[in-house]
Amino acid sequence: MALKIVKGSIDRMFDKNLQDLVRGIRNHKDDEAKYISTCIDEIKQELKQDNIAVKANAVCKLTYLQMLGYDVSWAAFNIVEVMSSSKFTYKRIGYLAASQCFHESTDVIMLTTNQIRKDLSSPNQYDTGVALTGLSCFVTPDLARDLANDIMTLMSHTKPYIRKKAVLIMYKVFLKYPESLRPAFPRLKEKLEDPDPGVQSAAVNVICELARRNPKNYLSLAPLFFKLMTSSTNNWVLIKIIKLFGALTPLEPRLGKKLIEPLTNLIHSTSAMSLLYECVNTVIAVLISLSSGMPNHSASIQLCVQKLRILIEDSDQNLKYLGLLAMSKILKTHPKSVQSHKDLILQCLDDKDESIRLRALDLLYGMVSKKNLMEIVKKLMLHVDKAEGTTYRDELLTKIIDICSQSNYQYITNFEWYISILVELTRLEGTRHGHLIASQMLDVAIRVKAIRAFAVAQMATLLDNAHLLTGNTQRNGICEVLYAAAWICGEFSEHLENPAQTLEAMLRPKVATLPGHIQAVYVQNTAKLFATILKSQEGNADGTTSEETTQLMIDRLPLFVQSANLEVQERASCILQLVKYIQKLQQKDVEVAEEVSALFAGELNPVAPKAQKKVPVPEGLDLDAWINEPPSESESEDEQPKAIFTKEEPKHSRPRHTEVDEKELAKRREARKQEQANNPFYIKASPSSQKVYQDAPGVEHIPVVQIDLSVPLKVPGLPMSDQYVKLEEERRQKERAEKKKKEKKKRKEKRSGRGKKHDSGPESEEDITPAHMVDIVTEEMPENALPSDEDDKDPNDPHKALDIDLDKPLADSEKLPVRSHRAAEALKSPVEDAEAENAGPQESKKKSSKDKKEKKKDKDRKKSKEEKKKKKHKHEEKEEDLLGGEADEPVGQSEEPSEVAAPPTSTTAEVSDLDFWLSNAPVSSNTQEAPTVAAAAAAATPTTPTAPSVTAPVSEPDEPKDAEMEETKSSKHKKKKQKKEKEEKEKKKKKKHHHHHHHHGDGGVEESVQNGTVEEDEPLPPMSNYCLLAENAYIKMMGEDADQVCDIQGNLQDGSQVVVSVIFENKCSSFLKSMEFNVLDSLNSKLQRPEGSGPHDGLTVPFQLPPGVSNEARFVFTVQSIVMPQKLKGTLTFIVKNEDSSTHEKLDFKLHFTCTSYLITTPCYSDAFAKLLESGDLKSSSIRLEGVNMPFHHLLARICFHHHFSVVERIDSCASMYSRSIQGHHVCLLVKTSAQTVSIDAKCDEPTLLGNVLDEIKQTFSQC
Amino acid sequence: MIKAILIFNNHGKPRLSKFYEHYNEDTEQQIIRETFHLVSKRDENVCNFLEGGMLIGGSDYKLIYRHYATLYFVFCVDSSESELGILDLIQVFVETLDKCFENVCELDLIFHVDKVHNILAEMVMGGMVLETNMNEIITQVDAQNKMEKAETFIFQSTRQDR
Repeated sequence: MALKIVKGSIDRMFDKNLQDLVRGIRNHKDDEAKYISTCIDEIKQELKQDNIAVKANAVCKLTYLQMLGYDVSWAAFNIVEVMSSSKFTYKRIGYLAASQCFHESTDVIMLTTNQIRKDLSSPNQYDTGVALTGLSCFVTPDLARDLANDIMTLMSHTKPYIRKKAVLIMYKVFLKYPESLRPAFPRLKEKLEDPDPGVQSAAVNVICELARRNPKNYLSLAPLFFKLMTSSTNNWVLIKIIKLFGALTPLEPRLGKKLIEPLTNLIHSTSAMSLLYECVNTVIAVLISLSSGMPNHSASIQLCVQKLRILIEDSDQNLKYLGLLAMSKILKTHPKSVQSHKDLILQCLDDKDESIRLRALDLLYGMVSKKNLMEIVKKLMLHVDKAEGTTYRDELLTKIIDICSQSNYQYITNFEWYISILVELTRLEGTRHGHLIASQMLDVAIRVKAIRAFAVAQMATLLDNAHLLTGNTQRNGICEVLYAAAWICGEFSEHLENPAQTLEAMLRPKVATLPGHIQAVYVQNTAKLFATILKSQEGNADGTTSEETTQLMIDRLPLFVQSANLEVQERASCILQLVKYIQKLQQKDVEVAEEVSALFAGELNPVAPKAQKKVPVPEGLDLDAWINEPPSESESEDEQPKAIFTKEEPKHSRPRHTEVDEKELAKRREARKQEQANNPFYIKASPSSQKVYQDAPGVEHIPVVQIDLSVPLKVPGLPMSDQYVKLEEERRQKERAEKKKKEKKKRKEKRSGRGKKHDSGPESEEDITPAHMVDIVTEEMPENALPSDEDDKDPNDPHKALDIDLDKPLADSEKLPVRSHRAAEALKSPVEDAEAENAGPQESKKKSSKDKKEKKKDKDRKKSKEEKKKKKHKHEEKEEDLLGGEADEPVGQSEEPSEVAAPPTSTTAEVSDLDFWLSNAPVSSNTQEAPTVAAAAAAATPTTPTAPSVTAPVSEPDEPKDAEMEETKSSKHKKKKQKKEKEEKEKKKKKKHHHHHHHHGDGGVEESVQNGTVEEDEPLPPMSNYCLLAENAYIKMMGEDADQVCDIQGNLQDGSQVVVSVIFENKCSSFLKSMEFNVLDSLNSKLQRPEGSGPHDGLTVPFQLPPGVSNEARFVFTVQSIVMPQKLKGTLTFIVKNEDSSTHEKLDFKLHFTCTSYLITTPCYSDAFAKLLESGDLKSSSIRLEGVNMPFHHLLARICFHHHFSVVERIDSCASMYSRSIQGHHVCLLVKTSAQTVSIDAKCDEPTLLGNVLDEIKQTFSQC
Repeated sequence: MIKAILIFNNHGKPRLSKFYEHYNEDTEQQIIRETFHLVSKRDENVCNFLEGGMLIGGSDYKLIYRHYATLYFVFCVDSSESELGILDLIQVFVETLDKCFENVCELDLIFHVDKVHNILAEMVMGGMVLETNMNEIITQVDAQNKMEKAETFIFQSTRQDR
């Protein structure tokens, strides 16, 4: 034994190591393959030895050979052996080899699980590190499942080196084992604030990667990332975060508003180009998401464009490239700002760098106008001639066509010019885009009626010179053009000057060498031409011409009858018989022209590309139902649906296919020939017919001179497009002159009247009229087309599985699989589970205990006022924490969902946190307006303890989002919506300046509406809780009109406070100011007035109303008992200020405090809900609603919206709902519907309140 | 995400290939060849980005490369990576190599491809950037090499590299 070891180590001395192998390969340049194969033999010998050092050496060499392209998967087991060595040196070699050549289907991977687990928990950090690195390359779903828990533990390792690797690899684990995402996410989130910058960066990296694919699940992290963005100095992290924000902003426009300022600051301050560039990119994304209508953002666009211009002008080609890339993003939404840099972009077209030229080409798309289209295309045509590589030239070609055809040929003023451009493009050699040109020709000829005569003439010339296009087989891409030419000449043959000549051209024997589908079109269209000729000759006494034509047809068509292409053959033989019959009739002097042309009567109208798809399925027709029983599997496989009307389709894919399949086809052909030769029953094709099929110089042996010129060909008789540029210029000048003349005349006439009109100056877009009456036929659509623009995602995307809601609390079942002996203490409830998952650092525990404390306080709501105040402070503190960026830990997740008394669960907490955080977005963007309003607010709303500074974080929980939802939901009712939008906007501006601490936390309304509607796509009718409060008829008489609308809502924080939002709208043409709002207090409810003011003083409304403006103010009321609805009388006094006078006016109104307004939308989980019902302290009551005619989800949404409920659970036409009053009464509903009857069973611990709420619900539905 | 990292010389000879997604050996070789063709025909003073097209991934992917003396360093990345950031990363990589090999040249990469892999593993892991701080990278690489030396000292005494 000992001897063996010694022998092994001696052997080893003579083994080649990696360096020797490399040296050997370099020394055997001539017979490298042979040398390597001997080396592999040696390696195989080495692998058979027991000595691990020898094996490791062999594996190391294999890794090198793998790089050279040798398959080393046969050594997989040996690699595993080396991996499991206890020596780090060998282990590293093993893991490296594994990472290079293992993949999901490597079967020995199964064997590695335990080894990897052992390495992961090794005391040596580098063992762990090496294992993690290796695993990141070959992790499989099985490994991910088995090791997820181990890796998660490593995320809290003491060594940052391990932590960062563990964090990074989690991404791979998530990809392979999506179930691990939710359990691991809290810890991953913690790592965003790891003290080690490397770990932090890794966590940012992973979350960015996750969020890029499913951004909406990560919106709730925005505040955290925002904090990182403003605090981090690591450019890598910053870039990642900024990129992430770019992905998030489209989902949440408010986020964008918040981002603009810090990003702008970064743009101004950073010296790192990479960071600057990403900032600009994200600002662009923000601007896109905000869309237009934000006037104060034009500065940001300007800034971006300016910075990009600097990049583009830079001598560094990289910056130039990126600048153009970003520019193209702006182009989509703000084309105007890019257009001003046309000079620069055109300059880039001449750059020697192809990448840059391509980018510039992309931009050109947005640069064109009617004025400069011809000029730009002319320039591009020059490039086409100069372009050396075909790819770039093809790119140019497609771009030219794109540019010209964009938005329905919007910029083309002269279609003759366009046709000639297309014709010029046909001279391109070897382009793949023949079909593109062809479809353009067809499109233009069909849709622009005025151009048909010209187009037909051009096409006839093309057909006449077809040999120039088809002469070279390399050019076959371009012969597609003949397809279009033949069809146009045939269809619009009445415009042909010399149809007989064209007919002759179309019947040339050379045509038989064209691809089948083109021949078919040729044949069909000769018949059309034939009909035209007959018709034109009908009147002539001497019928020789028509007889000659008939004879020509009869002579030439047999060539096509022999065609190997079925379509051609069929058409040709049909037409041949037809013509023969016509000949017979002609000989009898029968007039046939009418009948023949009747064959092709009727006009073809263009059909919109998606028309077919948009035909609605008639009612009662089930397209999926079988008409007959399905045939057996094997049969149906053969019958692939054949596209009948999609001639275009196969052409698109053809060029690529032929390239790919050529070899294989040849192989198959060879095989088939072999088979046929050996098959006695196979009748061999006669050589002649085969010739026709392939590439024969024609049946009639006409010597064809192959012209292959590298110089651009001039097709005789074709006008050059350049000519048109000049002509167009002249035409426009003439037009302008005429116009000027006219204008002068007008001016002369009008001289006595007003001042002069604007001078026409430089020609503006609208001034250019098209050369001829262009009537672009719009594409036809089925009558009741459905708007359907479905964007189907790739179902195979691995990231789809990761679209997981991360805010939901963890369920019991969602635990990472742990090896059994570890999971000693079984966890009892999801709550504890969630906590356990969070357990890691102590912070979270502390936090949850803090939460608990707070909740307890929530419970004991009704206690003394003092305590209330304390609590309020606490809340404010928390608020400050969140916003001021001093909070150490992420909020949410740790709250306990099952605690009945404290329903705000983590979900709402996070959602409202986000809202909450986002809500101060306008603060930064509206700074200019802020001070004045703030001052007014401070003066007018004494309920605000301290005058809020502009930067003070203020909550504004739900309304804006509400409005957005309505925006998306209701496309109708625009007027109403607009009004509402306006209201909301105003609200946004104002709300932050007063009462801010009162309406924190009632962020459930939009939540509840969502609850009711998530699954349904049908739009909900817009809903509003605002009702008309009062309208002043008296003032109306004077031409003024003010009305108030109000919404009353309870306040979560304070058991006895109700907030009333009142919208004041000035409908008159005068200025309204000094508005004072006063309400007569009752015993039960009192308007909260500033300290020191008497019980009958009014509150000044903190704004003035210019004509037509509306604004909202909020007033707080203290309410003792909430079980009964009540009405309060009030008065609004104001001054109406006209230009010359001002009058005092008064408006009386009544505030109706419904019981509903004391309810607060509070989500509730079904288990908690069940517990609540079981408890038995609730009194029940029920109502029935008859004749409710609306979808169930609308019904639910209405209850949610108007009565502040949330849906707990919904099963078919039955739903349970929950809400809570501001004083902590639980209200549970069970809503059932059948036919038009809705029954609502309700339970509440306060029967009077319940009765009133039910009455109000009833009323809501009786109104609609 | 980084999809692949390739190093090859002016003649297209691969010096290091790291694919973060599995391809079989033939495809890998083809990718290297095509990448070389794309990259090598570009002039010295043009931009360092290339749209790889069908090569790897698709339109979302870009080739970002740098050319140092006889070697091309090519990273194939998707749109979540910052273009300029990756260029910096390549620079960091090369500087790290320079430190670790003391005036790195192509020969170092030829004979010590395993070491290059180890260095790279400290920078990029599973297609994601792990560390960009050169000092940190070198510290970790050195620590591991030290460990290896300690082991080699015990178990293998005679042979030395090169």
